[in-house]
Amino acid sequence: MPNTNLILLIILLPLAAFVMLGIYGRKYFKNTSGIIGTALLLISTTLSLYTAYGYFFKYGKVDGVYQKLIPFKYTWLQFSPGVSIDMGVTIDSISVMMLVVVTFISLMVHIFSIGYMKGDERFPTYYAFLSLFTFSMLGLVVSSNIFQIYFFWELVGVSSFLLIGYHFEKPSAVAACKKAFIVTRFADVGFLIGILVLSFYSGTLDFNTLIATLTNPETNEYKNAIAATFLGMSALTWGLVLVFIGAAGKSAMFPFHIWLPDAMEGPTPVSALIHAATMVVAGVFLVARLFPVFAISATSALNLVAYVGAFSALFAAIIACTQTDIKRVLAYSTMSQIGYMMFALGVSKYGGESGLGYTASMFHLFTHAMFKALLFLGAGAVIHYIHSNEMKDMGGLRKYLPVTHITFLIACLAIAGVPPLAGFFSKEEILLAAYQQNQTIYWIALITSALTAFYMFRLYFSIFWNKEAPVQNKHKSEGGFTMLIPLVILAIGAAAAGFIPFGHFVSSDGTRVETEFHLMFSIAPVVLALTGIFIAMWMYKKQNSRANKLASSLNGLYKAAYNKFYIDEIYLFITKKIIFNLIGKPAAWFDKYIVDGLMNATGNSTEEISATIKRFQSGKVQSYAIYFLAGVIGLALVFIYVWKL
Amino acid sequence: MIEPGLYHILFISATLFFIGVYGFFTRRNLVTLLMSVELVLNSVNLNFIAFNKYLWFDKMDGLFFAIFIIAIAAAEAAVAIAIIINLYRSHQSIDVEHAEELKH
Repeated sequence: MPNTNLILLIILLPLAAFVMLGIYGRKYFKNTSGIIGTALLLISTTLSLYTAYGYFFKYGKVDGVYQKLIPFKYTWLQFSPGVSIDMGVTIDSISVMMLVVVTFISLMVHIFSIGYMKGDERFPTYYAFLSLFTFSMLGLVVSSNIFQIYFFWELVGVSSFLLIGYHFEKPSAVAACKKAFIVTRFADVGFLIGILVLSFYSGTLDFNTLIATLTNPETNEYKNAIAATFLGMSALTWGLVLVFIGAAGKSAMFPFHIWLPDAMEGPTPVSALIHAATMVVAGVFLVARLFPVFAISATSALNLVAYVGAFSALFAAIIACTQTDIKRVLAYSTMSQIGYMMFALGVSKYGGESGLGYTASMFHLFTHAMFKALLFLGAGAVIHYIHSNEMKDMGGLRKYLPVTHITFLIACLAIAGVPPLAGFFSKEEILLAAYQQNQTIYWIALITSALTAFYMFRLYFSIFWNKEAPVQNKHKSEGGFTMLIPLVILAIGAAAAGFIPFGHFVSSDGTRVETEFHLMFSIAPVVLALTGIFIAMWMYKKQNSRANKLASSLNGLYKAAYNKFYIDEIYLFITKKIIFNLIGKPAAWFDKYIVDGLMNATGNSTEEISATIKRFQSGKVQSYAIYFLAGVIGLALVFIYVWKL
Repeated sequence: MIEPGLYHILFISATLFFIGVYGFFTRRNLVTLLMSVELVLNSVNLNFIAFNKYLWFDKMDGLFFAIFIIAIAAAEAAVAIAIIINLYRSHQSIDVEHAEELKH
């Protein structure tokens, strides 16, 4: 059995780092906070590797099936017997895998940041936020209760907000962090309603019970959830679609993707951790967590997942080909790869060999975390050297940044799907799963993988080849060993992670899935990827006008893609012109003139009246006597002539 | 010689009453005001006595009321003079117009 204390320690150590650095960092750990955060996280990483080893090789497997273990559970809020919000730890294949991914990538980013953020004014705060994020993300992946996952879901949202807005003196960073928070919060409303719908029909908030009741057609809960329909879809499907809206918001799926490119305003290591490797895959993780319900009870919701994922993958890949900010290219590439993971889940079925998509999705999540974190950290090293995000300021950097150059190249080859690097294996599995289940999605995925190779090598050649380095900065080196070590380690990961037989460890129902390697099947994607690479090489290796010619020949499409298909403008139009004008302004008018007017009228009339009558209280005894006498005479007249007493 | 009747007495009482009211409104000296109030009270007393004598001479209610009012008037005069003395001490004046801040 797993050691509960060790698992809790994995999660609580980053929290301890956050509290310590957050409260005392600026006072006592001005320069050492990086070391402290990294050291605590190193313990966490070691423990999670140990847990993963124990789970996958020792106690996790019973009769050839990986079990779902709950070593720790604390009932936090009990609403009624059966319905409670728990804080628990679930240990199963995906949560253990995510523990390793999150702690490992976070450790790499921590180490990288020691060099990257050196000399920053708010160095301890930065590490405190990173620790907070790591804690929240770890809490999210081990959640045993759907409300617990929501809780940590919001916490990662907050830490993402804090880190995007880390350079709060820049107006663009402030705008970006607000945008990220508002867009994801907007999607989270769907998630919350989805939780309420699912828990209403299943009568529980606990993941295990919820999945068990909603996948068993014999139970009354299942029958009720299927029988209740709204707009032609069953309540169960609605619940899952709403949960998926939350997942799409966090994972930057179309149409909630607009926050991710802007989130690149944060420091680059943060982008590597949050907006590439871990937080943005939380949506994929959520769908995977509820996967049995999706696959068994609501295949139409799963189809939605597949098509949204496939569309986002292609859509983002097209935009990525035209962007000039290197971090934005990587952001769109992230969105595209998450689209891959989403549609891999979408085309999967539950159990056995037909659950290949599930395995492939988790595999891609794992390998993607490696090479995308590497790409971002490499981009960070480049930005650190050149102090610009724009491609036009770069070129010829291979001489000055040799380590970055090699590791970046490995990552590019990996993401493009060139054998035998990690991305090749996971992408093959995804394509195979798509090919077996849904041909349309397979073709979309194939086109996307060619585009991926093209835009990644466009990036690579523009940074490291193209023209000669414009200004040679002799005072600067590539960055200290703290920046190079993570690059090298991640490059090894990106090169070797593909050889892990993932199907043996992670599958939809815990059984072993053999991932066969089909040589014939791999030819098409690899040839397409190589074609993409050669086109990019032809266009960008030397400075020439081919790229501009192509852009002008595709004038309309290029412009649309360069402007991200005007999605931001459409949203701005909808919010500013339609919502603000038709709802906001009338509501403001009503508030200003009707509600406020009523209150002001009450106040003003009271004031007027009192101003009028206060003259009567003059302090002159004789005036009072006159009023008194007038009153007496008036009463007497009334008594005599009106009431005739 | 005409025997004085109820109307004569009511006429005198009304006259006294209005003299008192007039004095109360026109004088500035607090002691004079007090005297005016006494006039008003005594006109009321006269009314009580007259009605008792001419209309319900078999009862004593009017007399009791008159005595009661005299007692009240005495007490009121004592309180009023105490107030006037205190006012004089603080304002060096017993002019009613100097007592306006009493409204606060």
